[in-house]
Amino acid sequence: MTDTHIASAFDRDLETIQAHIMKMGGLVEDAILKAATSLETRDEELAEQVRNADRAIDELEEQINEEAARIIAVRQPAAVDLRVILSVMKIASNLERIGDYAKNMAKRTTVLSQMGQIHGATASIRRMAKEVERMLKDVLDAFVQRDAGTAREVMHRDEDVDQMYNALFREFLTFMMEDPRNITACMHLHFIAKNTERMGDHATNIAEQVIYLVTGEIPEDKRPKSDRTSTDPSVAPA
Amino acid sequence: MYDTPNTERTVTKNETKFSARKVQVYYGDTHAIKDVDVDIEDKTVTAFIGPSGCGKSTFLRCLNRMNDTIDVCRVEGDILLDGQDIYDKKVDPVQLRAKVGMVFQKPNPFPKSIYDNIAYGPRIHGLAKNKAELDEIVEKSLRRGAIWNEVKDRLHAPGTGLSGGQQQRLCIARAVATEPEVLLMDEPCSALDPIATSQVEELIDELRTNYSVIIVTHSMQQAARVSQKTAFFHLGNLVEFGETGQIFTNPKDERTESYITGRIG
Repeated sequence: MTDTHIASAFDRDLETIQAHIMKMGGLVEDAILKAATSLETRDEELAEQVRNADRAIDELEEQINEEAARIIAVRQPAAVDLRVILSVMKIASNLERIGDYAKNMAKRTTVLSQMGQIHGATASIRRMAKEVERMLKDVLDAFVQRDAGTAREVMHRDEDVDQMYNALFREFLTFMMEDPRNITACMHLHFIAKNTERMGDHATNIAEQVIYLVTGEIPEDKRPKSDRTSTDPSVAPA
Repeated sequence: MYDTPNTERTVTKNETKFSARKVQVYYGDTHAIKDVDVDIEDKTVTAFIGPSGCGKSTFLRCLNRMNDTIDVCRVEGDILLDGQDIYDKKVDPVQLRAKVGMVFQKPNPFPKSIYDNIAYGPRIHGLAKNKAELDEIVEKSLRRGAIWNEVKDRLHAPGTGLSGGQQQRLCIARAVATEPEVLLMDEPCSALDPIATSQVEELIDELRTNYSVIIVTHSMQQAARVSQKTAFFHLGNLVEFGETGQIFTNPKDERTESYITGRIG
């Protein structure tokens, strides 16, 4: 199959909407890294930047949805074109959620920078955020390349993120039991860790959309679940 | 989440109405249909799509032996209707065409009254014993053609005086008057405006409860809207045949994909 439509304007529409996804993805990756750095370095100015940048992400999502609605109305896309539009809409909403979590991390950074440091926690969160950012980058590359294999691989990497979160969960519990004065900071840090773990889940959702786009089928193998904190009491220290 | 299947789109397996095996059609030296194998189901709308000259109309016309009227046309292979070979010497093409009705691209009412347009088929096939029965057949057919309310007060006006959309529905009513089992439609909406098109599409969906409907259409959206099964023809080959939903979201063959997405294939 050739890649070009007889109606070249249709090609331009599809290219534009995909370019907007990539732009949105770039902004979201940037937000994750900056939010995590601001948390570690206690850089309130950088945190403020992340909070302000979220508006641009939200606006892009709206724009993508409008473009998708217009393409559906005007072009009546079928087959792979239809799957591009459907996956683009879902990818946009997942990116928007990740952006919100990054913004939330930046908000909590502003509060946390007024409190005592919790040993090693922010560095662990930054590593976790870095891994999520890499997943997101790879899955967006897979989207552009129409590469279902890479998307599947990203889905499996979410396991590592879940395990990092499990470890942090345990660590925070220990800190809180050691000294109740740590509770406020640890609660904030825990929300950040949990939100970062959720970002990984959203990256996994995007990977599913890429697989759907390429193969026409939603992957059947349920993604690996390694966040056991909600089901396994032995995760928490006695 | 699996509790409420969407009945509109549910594709149930119906009995096979037409069964074609290794069908070849030649126009003189031109090999127009190559090795087509397909099973057309009863009580189902099947759409034939494909670019101009791909053989979809030719294949449709094989199903009621319309190609017999073309001297240079030769049909090989087996086409079975309810298990019976329609190209058997014992089969009378006129009787076959009463069973397998046809609606054409351009509305072609007879230059007679609306009533006589419908009554013509039942009369020559002797389907009515008396005037009252014939009246009944005419009314029933016009109702099935979704045109009764518009013409009931002028049944004796000429059929050619109706609008294009009305004429086409009159032709559909005429086609169903002989109680066919299969209805072949060769681009029935290409000369109609969008409203008349919607009316005909609605009608096709109603006809599905009684008949097997096969429609050739150049409008991919129409195929997607009205059919449960879709067959894609290309250069005389049946490239892909499957459930309409699958063909339009995830076709298996690259040529189908190119065609339905409007790419140069």
